[in-house]
Amino acid sequence: MTESNGRHKRRRLGVIAALAVLLGAFAWLIFGNLDQNVVFFLTPGELLAKGTEVVDKPVRLGGEVRPGSVKWDEKTLKLEFQVMDVDTTQVVRVNSKGAPPQMFRDGMGVVVEGRLGRDSVFQSTNLMIKHSNEYRPPKEGQKPQEMYRSLIKGSGA
Amino acid sequence: MTRLIALDALWFALAVSAVGGIVAPIAIARGRREWVAIARAAVYSNFALVTVAIAAMIFALVTHDFSISYVAQVGSRATPVFFTIISVWGALEGSILFWAWVLALYSALVVYANRNRPGNLVPYASAVLLVIALFFHVLLTGPANPFHLVSPAPPDGPGPNPLLQNHILMAVHPPLLYLGYVGMSVPFAFAVAALITGAKQDEEWIRLTRRWTLLAWGFLSAAIVAGMWWSYEVLGWGGYWAWDPVENASFIPWLTATAYLHSVMVQERRGMLKLWNVNLMVVTFVLTILGTFLTRSGIISSVHAFTQGPIGYYFLGFIALVLIGSAVLVAGSSDKLHTEGRLDAPLSRETVFLLNNLLLTAFMFTVLIGTLFPLVAEAFRGVKVSVGEPFFNRMTLPLVVALLFLMGVGPALPWRRGDWPALRRKMIPGAAVGVLLSALAAAAGARSAYGILAFALAGFAATLNIAEFVTGVRARRTAHGETVPVALARLVAGNRRRYGGYVAHMGIFVAAIGVAASSTLRSEREATLKPGEVLTLGSVNARLNDVWAREEPQRAVIGATVELLRDGQPYATMSPRMNIYPMSQQPVPTPDVRSTPVGDVYMNLMSFAQDGSTATIKIISEPLVPWIWTGGGIICLGALIAGWPARRLG
Repeated sequence: MTESNGRHKRRRLGVIAALAVLLGAFAWLIFGNLDQNVVFFLTPGELLAKGTEVVDKPVRLGGEVRPGSVKWDEKTLKLEFQVMDVDTTQVVRVNSKGAPPQMFRDGMGVVVEGRLGRDSVFQSTNLMIKHSNEYRPPKEGQKPQEMYRSLIKGSGA
Repeated sequence: MTRLIALDALWFALAVSAVGGIVAPIAIARGRREWVAIARAAVYSNFALVTVAIAAMIFALVTHDFSISYVAQVGSRATPVFFTIISVWGALEGSILFWAWVLALYSALVVYANRNRPGNLVPYASAVLLVIALFFHVLLTGPANPFHLVSPAPPDGPGPNPLLQNHILMAVHPPLLYLGYVGMSVPFAFAVAALITGAKQDEEWIRLTRRWTLLAWGFLSAAIVAGMWWSYEVLGWGGYWAWDPVENASFIPWLTATAYLHSVMVQERRGMLKLWNVNLMVVTFVLTILGTFLTRSGIISSVHAFTQGPIGYYFLGFIALVLIGSAVLVAGSSDKLHTEGRLDAPLSRETVFLLNNLLLTAFMFTVLIGTLFPLVAEAFRGVKVSVGEPFFNRMTLPLVVALLFLMGVGPALPWRRGDWPALRRKMIPGAAVGVLLSALAAAAGARSAYGILAFALAGFAATLNIAEFVTGVRARRTAHGETVPVALARLVAGNRRRYGGYVAHMGIFVAAIGVAASSTLRSEREATLKPGEVLTLGSVNARLNDVWAREEPQRAVIGATVELLRDGQPYATMSPRMNIYPMSQQPVPTPDVRSTPVGDVYMNLMSFAQDGSTATIKIISEPLVPWIWTGGGIICLGALIAGWPARRLG
């Protein structure tokens, strides 16, 4: 009786120990992987302040497209521009591949996903226009119609 | 007028829920049997009242009553009637109202279906359902009131969020998701009721809610697939899953609900895992509330998060209440949740279900932690971070592979005690199919180890599941001399639950192959074309014809007409577009997708010259993507078969 009880207890302890080991390994895996795959959301100023610490680490860079910095090559689909920190006016050069979003232009808020290279140029893998869901009436001289009016058939344009 | 009717209905619903959810159970516990009928009446009246409120909302939307805050927020005279109606669930307050209505509907149905059942289980369960309803009524009469007065009423509104009115799937995904999410309240309510009654009737709540859980699970599965499809058709990046918090929110409760569907069989068969099953159901319900909180509170910025506001605290408070209440109840009845059976052999179906539960729980925690980590990091360390896709992929792909393996082995093993030679015999053809499929995938160009493993294991497990049908049909043919279709139909009808489960498995395999193929064999190309120029990707030759624009009442559409050529002759026309809605500051990409059983051609208009002289087109080859949607359909079919009421045999 006591012997089987003792065996029962030992078995139970064994199960608990195995579960603890499993749980520990699982937690170690999760937090180890989290550590390596956290993507920081940084402004150009913050990115530059971190220096070599963030080289080749995945980053989301948020700022404004610096006016006059956009170079877009239609043939090679290479896009170069600079992202400016709204507060500090510090800039980071960005290289990207693929057509820019239709509304991409000087002064636009953007979020660029990618990594800072050793050459201090940010290599973008994904370029997004920052926009809010709230309705704002288009500003004067910013009418979206102007974008496509000439394409409407029979408009004579 | 509309406004006052709706508000009165909501206040009455709040009162009714409080009476039926709080007063009634106390009275019933004190032996006042007449309160059983009152609790039932409360459930029905709550349904009637919330129906009045949501009907009033739809009426206000359709008649453009901009004096009602929600209509002023999402309505617009230019929006087509159909999209006006579905904008009921297009923003925060309306979706909370819709939640409350679906809950009221489920509650009324489940109470009606069990109206003649004696005992206290149903009255207590309806009380729990009414307490949940009470929470939503507090939101609706407080921080999420959709019926505020706007004075003076604006002449017109901005219309729904452009992303939500750009595709027909927006009419499908949210209702399915709510039917899935809210449906989990039913088994939760009965689990809690079983804990409250405390009698040794621990199997009754499970038997009674079996079909309801399957129904909710089927809706949730369909909702997840519809959400993927929506993302694929609307967002323009050519993918369907990005481990985005809102996607995760729908997926996390699905994982625990799936675990429950399996572990509950262990309890029914062997009397084990009673405590575990109650906990799984509580956790599943809490995760649906958490998911609603994540997507509706504005805490995660995305298309789903409409607003910042105090509503988040209400949700956190409710979650805390549910967790604490359930913990107290579980602790109080732990002596009644003792295991009766025990594991007979390490090689048995029970073991596989145990492992499957372990893996699904680990899966749930992984996704949950990855989803919540940015919130925790921002709250405690003040840094803005997101958790990258590599985390989720690296952590979950091994779990997916292991689960696929178990899905093959489980059906091949008997309850209690399996034997290794028999299992090996069954596994050999599966292994052969698996090797063949992975060789095919590698030949087609798949290079990722997990991709190839997924092909192998999906093929392996599918073979073992099909083998169950084959064995059953063969036995019937020998015993009764039936033809194959008759034997198959009778086999499934004779044990709907088992074979429905296998059908759902098949859906998972089909979808898994679709995911594996499209993520490992995808290719894309982008180029700026002049009219007449051709872009080639693999066997696809696409010629740009022209770029055009047209104005519609609620939006402007810019499109490119692109012809697909074979031997220089056009055989199909595609028109990727951009839609411009007055309320948005940037065009909404509207890709064009041409589907065939072996894959899609996905075409996106990236940008265009304002004079129409050039357009930048992106073509993505998406192998086997339609298999994912087909797999989703098969999963739902499986749930339907498993949950279909069986004819009683005389």
